Amino acid sequence: MDMTEISDLIVDDRARGIFRVNRRVFTDPEILELERREVFDRSWLYAGHESEIANPGDYVTRKVGGRPLILVRDGSGRTRAFLNTCPHRGNIVCREPAGSTRLLRCFYHAWAFDLTGRLAAVPGDESYTPAFDREALGLKPVPRFESYRGMMFVSYDPAIESLASYLGNAREYLDLVLEFGGADLEIARGSQAYCMKANWKLLVENSMDGYHAIPTHQRFFNQYLADIGMDTSSWAGPNRIQGIGLALGGGHAVIENRARALPITGTAKGELDRIRERLVERVGPERAHRIADFSRNLFIFPNLILISSWHTIRTFYPLTPDYMEIDAWANLPRGESSELRQRRFENFISFLGPAGFGTPDDVYALEGCQRGFAAWREVSWSDISRGMGCLQPSSQDELQMRAFWRRWHALMQELHGPTDCSDRPTKPPNRANHDGRGCSGVHGQ
Amino acid sequence: MAEDAAAFTVSEIERFLIDEAALLDEWRLAEWLELMAPDARYLVPPLDAPDADHQDTLFLIADDRRTLASRVRQLLSGNTWAENPRSRTRRLITNVRLLAVENGEARITANFAVWRFQHEQADVYIGRYVHKLVRGPSGPLFRERRAVLDLETLRPHGKLSFIL
Repeated sequence: MDMTEISDLIVDDRARGIFRVNRRVFTDPEILELERREVFDRSWLYAGHESEIANPGDYVTRKVGGRPLILVRDGSGRTRAFLNTCPHRGNIVCREPAGSTRLLRCFYHAWAFDLTGRLAAVPGDESYTPAFDREALGLKPVPRFESYRGMMFVSYDPAIESLASYLGNAREYLDLVLEFGGADLEIARGSQAYCMKANWKLLVENSMDGYHAIPTHQRFFNQYLADIGMDTSSWAGPNRIQGIGLALGGGHAVIENRARALPITGTAKGELDRIRERLVERVGPERAHRIADFSRNLFIFPNLILISSWHTIRTFYPLTPDYMEIDAWANLPRGESSELRQRRFENFISFLGPAGFGTPDDVYALEGCQRGFAAWREVSWSDISRGMGCLQPSSQDELQMRAFWRRWHALMQELHGPTDCSDRPTKPPNRANHDGRGCSGVHGQ
Repeated sequence: MAEDAAAFTVSEIERFLIDEAALLDEWRLAEWLELMAPDARYLVPPLDAPDADHQDTLFLIADDRRTLASRVRQLLSGNTWAENPRSRTRRLITNVRLLAVENGEARITANFAVWRFQHEQADVYIGRYVHKLVRGPSGPLFRERRAVLDLETLRPHGKLSFIL
């Protein structure tokens, strides 16, 4: 596939308000190969949370960016990330999903490694020559490993910028999301490992798509919320709350809405009010308002979603163009009452996860898109232009998705410098009226 | 008399579970809901913590009676796209055991295999039920209906949109 072909995969005509994605990007194995090399292997990828390995010796194993990893806290309390493959002959060293240990031992030939990765034991090592370099045969650390506020990220690109720099303008929103409900967070027990028979980029779009919420999820917003006695008017109907969509640079994006009715805003109103009061005391009324009175779906390029309403962290990776693996966790304030914790669980699974009242319909919708893409040669383009030309697109618009696509498209063309992910025309538009329909996204803050 | 709680027998429980499975396979969900006691819970633990307590762990499903009633209404409404058109299911229930009867409540377990077909894909959900049954006016009722999956992940299943 040459660069001209890749460049033609997206039509981004900012002056005329046209944004189209060629559906081949969802079906072509060559595109996926290029994505692995140019997108996933050149990005920071969320790997896990420090609370999952709280004590020295604690470890978790998981696949991140296609590689098997061990995340472990060593004896001195430092977190480390190793490739989970024996430097001797390749076997997976650590086979449990999680645990606690003082030594990581490969069962195949019983090579053992300490928690800093150093090769600690080789049975029968007198049979090796002097050229046998024990120091070079430790567990291989991932090329780059950094944390941001308890969230551990890895990158397979040794030359990548620092994590803080990579997060860029998204840091402000990450802070807001992480402080929503309390700053000290931990991953709750019980994770969700599921999949969709759909291209991974469809879940990027779907995870920050305000437009689909009511049609796809009417059973949650119109039926379930009503069934449990909630007022649904903040979600649907003439008084529904409309938020905004923002491109944050670097492909990161967010949709932000004034907080709306959810199961927990009914069941735990008193506790949430007290948390907000403490927040005001701690950070002042203005910042507390920014943190607590909005819900945010934050996307960190290329595959990390945080949704504040449900305190979730979600990542996903393609195995094939039409199949992705998804992992999701609840990232909850530590030290809460068990009653509030239960209300948060109820709130989370009322919508999210493979058995919630929301996610299964997303799975079904995205798998339906993927089945539809079998006709990509005849029906070749997906339209993602909603809200182009608005000064401030709403959360019902699609700027946040265009932000992802613009960065994706740049990386796929090996354009590694900054990408203008906004809707700003490269030259002034020739239309006088530039704030047509649907530009109702600006909300008071 | 059969009204006596201690009179739960394996054969009665087996018949009850088989009739229940038929209601679910035939999508007679409103009738099925009547098998739930007023304080009933329907639980599906997370696959990485199958023995956990729903009060301190994020479950896949932890419905109380009201949420479960809503689940049934949603599934019957036509607005649950993941089950419209609904999938075909077929349940095999075996290895029924009566573990204990205490204070009128029977703790029972059984193995299940639920085959599910939708859009030319077949998924199989394998696991065990761990139920708490009480005696209702016209037969056993669920006080707790717990479906513990043996799957390590919901892959390639992707979703659990019907009642397991």
